[in-house]
Amino acid sequence: MKHGIAEILEARGGAKRDSLIPILQEIQESEGFLSQEAVSEVGSRLGIPTSKIYGVATFYNQFRFEPKGKYHIQVCRGTACHVLGSATVLDKLEKILRAKAGQTTRDGLFSIEVVACIGACGLAPVVNINGNFYAKVTEQSLTEIIENLKNKEV
Amino acid sequence: METANKTEMKEFLIDQLLTGTPDMADPFVSSKFAELRRDDIAKPVIYIGTGTCGLGAGAEATYLKTQRYIEDHQLDVDVIKVGCIGFCAAEPLVDVQLPGKNRISFKNVTGDKVNDVLESAFTLDSNNEHILGQFRSEKLDVWENVPFIDEHPFFAPQKRIVLKNCGLVNPINIEEYVARGGYNSFLETIKKYSSFEVCDMIEKSGLRGRGGGGFPTGKKWKFANGTEADQKYLICNADEGDPGAFMDRAVIEGDPHRLIEGMAIAAFGIGATKGYVYIRAEYPLAIERLKIALTQAREYGLLGKNIFDSGFDFDIIIKMGAGAFVCGEETALIHSIEGKRGMPRPRPPFPAVNGLFGKPTIINNVETLSNLPEIMARGEAWFASIGTEKSKGTKVFALSGNITLTGLVEIPMGTTVREIIFDIAGGIPNNKKFKSVQIGGPSGGCITEENLDIQVDYESLISVGAMMGSGGLVVMDENTCMVDVAKFFMDFIQRESCGKCIPCREGTRRMLEILESITSKPNKNNEKEALQRFKGIVQLEKLGKVIKETSLCGLGQTAPNPVLSTLKWFRDEYESHIYERKCDPNVCTELRTYKIDIDLCTGCMACVRKCPVNAIVGARKTHHFIVEDLCIGCGSCVDACKFDAISIS
Repeated sequence: MKHGIAEILEARGGAKRDSLIPILQEIQESEGFLSQEAVSEVGSRLGIPTSKIYGVATFYNQFRFEPKGKYHIQVCRGTACHVLGSATVLDKLEKILRAKAGQTTRDGLFSIEVVACIGACGLAPVVNINGNFYAKVTEQSLTEIIENLKNKEV
Repeated sequence: METANKTEMKEFLIDQLLTGTPDMADPFVSSKFAELRRDDIAKPVIYIGTGTCGLGAGAEATYLKTQRYIEDHQLDVDVIKVGCIGFCAAEPLVDVQLPGKNRISFKNVTGDKVNDVLESAFTLDSNNEHILGQFRSEKLDVWENVPFIDEHPFFAPQKRIVLKNCGLVNPINIEEYVARGGYNSFLETIKKYSSFEVCDMIEKSGLRGRGGGGFPTGKKWKFANGTEADQKYLICNADEGDPGAFMDRAVIEGDPHRLIEGMAIAAFGIGATKGYVYIRAEYPLAIERLKIALTQAREYGLLGKNIFDSGFDFDIIIKMGAGAFVCGEETALIHSIEGKRGMPRPRPPFPAVNGLFGKPTIINNVETLSNLPEIMARGEAWFASIGTEKSKGTKVFALSGNITLTGLVEIPMGTTVREIIFDIAGGIPNNKKFKSVQIGGPSGGCITEENLDIQVDYESLISVGAMMGSGGLVVMDENTCMVDVAKFFMDFIQRESCGKCIPCREGTRRMLEILESITSKPNKNNEKEALQRFKGIVQLEKLGKVIKETSLCGLGQTAPNPVLSTLKWFRDEYESHIYERKCDPNVCTELRTYKIDIDLCTGCMACVRKCPVNAIVGARKTHHFIVEDLCIGCGSCVDACKFDAISIS
């Protein structure tokens, strides 16, 4: 784990403040989230107080401070999705998985994230699971999708 | 072999770019260009639309099935992944071009339809139900009995400048872009004009910022052009945070070289040597394609030091946004690139004088920049001839919501909203009635039936309380609750408010609270809440005005718009929520009341067990009843009842 973070920082030797966000993004890409150790490591390398880094990281929606689930589910809550019922889809998802948006299920399989707009408004409501798009999702089709994923794991 | 061909092609194309206008009389040159433009093909070509929306509709399966079909039938065919033509409702789209014949387009080709569609394409059968139309060309043979795509009601009224190549070319192939006249206009510009002349031409063309504000682009450039500095920056704002808009994504996914060329022209105009593309991390495909396109442009020497011996240096860096709506605001975006929290600062000094790292910086939107190559190629007078008096050119709109044909349309300014919704996009599905259209996202407002005939341009939209914004059009039918829509936007804005200035941070929160009290079940023991609800409309309006007048940045100044605009046009709906505690379209769950039909109820206890607030009473085998005061309207009982005995009353 530590190795990956050190490597990312190594590759950006002499990095300044303006590289902070890309570095955090890279760490999240490889580790899945920003751990406390990662943040303090970045701080000591760049000479920025940890508090400042948390200030930046918590400002942006992209950064997570908890590990992601094996299946990371992004529910789009853009306007078009809202008009076509994404609120009920999200409700249903939270009910099935017994986890709230931003959380990970206890078995570590699923995590839910609400995103502002994926930009596939023509196919609303949209759900994205590990990079795969599911278009025109309904409560029923969502239940099936989750069941299929769960069955895969058994 | 492949690489040798590539190098040869590169040298040939660079040669052509150096001479300026390619000599079409030379048979060698014209045949090469025809080959690259696919006017003249040796073997069949299959194009598959693989934008994000295409992939969402299942284009990946279509691609795999196509590959298998080709293997099974041992065909010698080129399969090309193209961007999105903008017709989301018809995705996945597959086009087939046979040698000597017009390119023909098929709609809704999901994986299971591939065999059927390819079969009829290769057997020249023009009766397939999936046929969308054929593309027009001068030299190729026409498909009999197949309509032309440019006569399709969705495409006929469009005028494509920005989306010209989208869905038609391979987005990550610079050769095709150059063969269609690409980069020529940039090289001509740096050869022929001075930087000030470029600013002047753009100002005369009447191009205005497509990101929302509509500030004249040329005028903005002149500020930066006139400022002396050792380093200037150009930033392309691709942080399309506006929910409901996706044109920037489509342009970058479908034609990234157009954006790069546009940025190069803009950079020359303002004298910048370094450009940034600030793009949302939610658009991984767009980022990937832009990266490839940038590498290609560098290989061709179109980016870098001393471009084509002109003495002009320019290169582009991609910066990924990290998900903050406020970063669409210029100064917030600059702070974000500098690695800080994306908070706006007061202006002046304007970024054109003091921007990124304290240097003069110009920030333009993707669509604005993508207009530039065409303007420089065809002249400012040509561009100024399109559109209305004060709004020139075209605008791309993203159509979504309760509408038959979703997708991207590029239309000349001055088209009416009615034409867009009813003529182009086919109106409202399922015989529902039109209610309103939300334009401009969280900063915009809504347009109702009576205003549908206004022309789309910056001023007209503002006159009815909406705004152009980035061009998202979300259509809503009679089943939409406008109070709920306003609440949705307020919730979005108060979460995205950066928290720097108090009117926006506290004000939007208060507005949301008022809307929530209007749409939620009254708490009998809380008189304060009841009072707040009744004061709702009055306070909302007053609060909205204060936020508008006193906020620091564009986000706050426009934040109350969705509420003020719905209040203006749908005041009766607010009032029925407040006084009658009723939501007519039954969207606000807490205001719903449920009823158990005692003739159907068997007393199975299923709903009693499911109810999260114990609002259902009744013993086994006796009829159940809902205690209205306790009910929160969640609807769990409806799901639980196997006898359809529970319904919304």
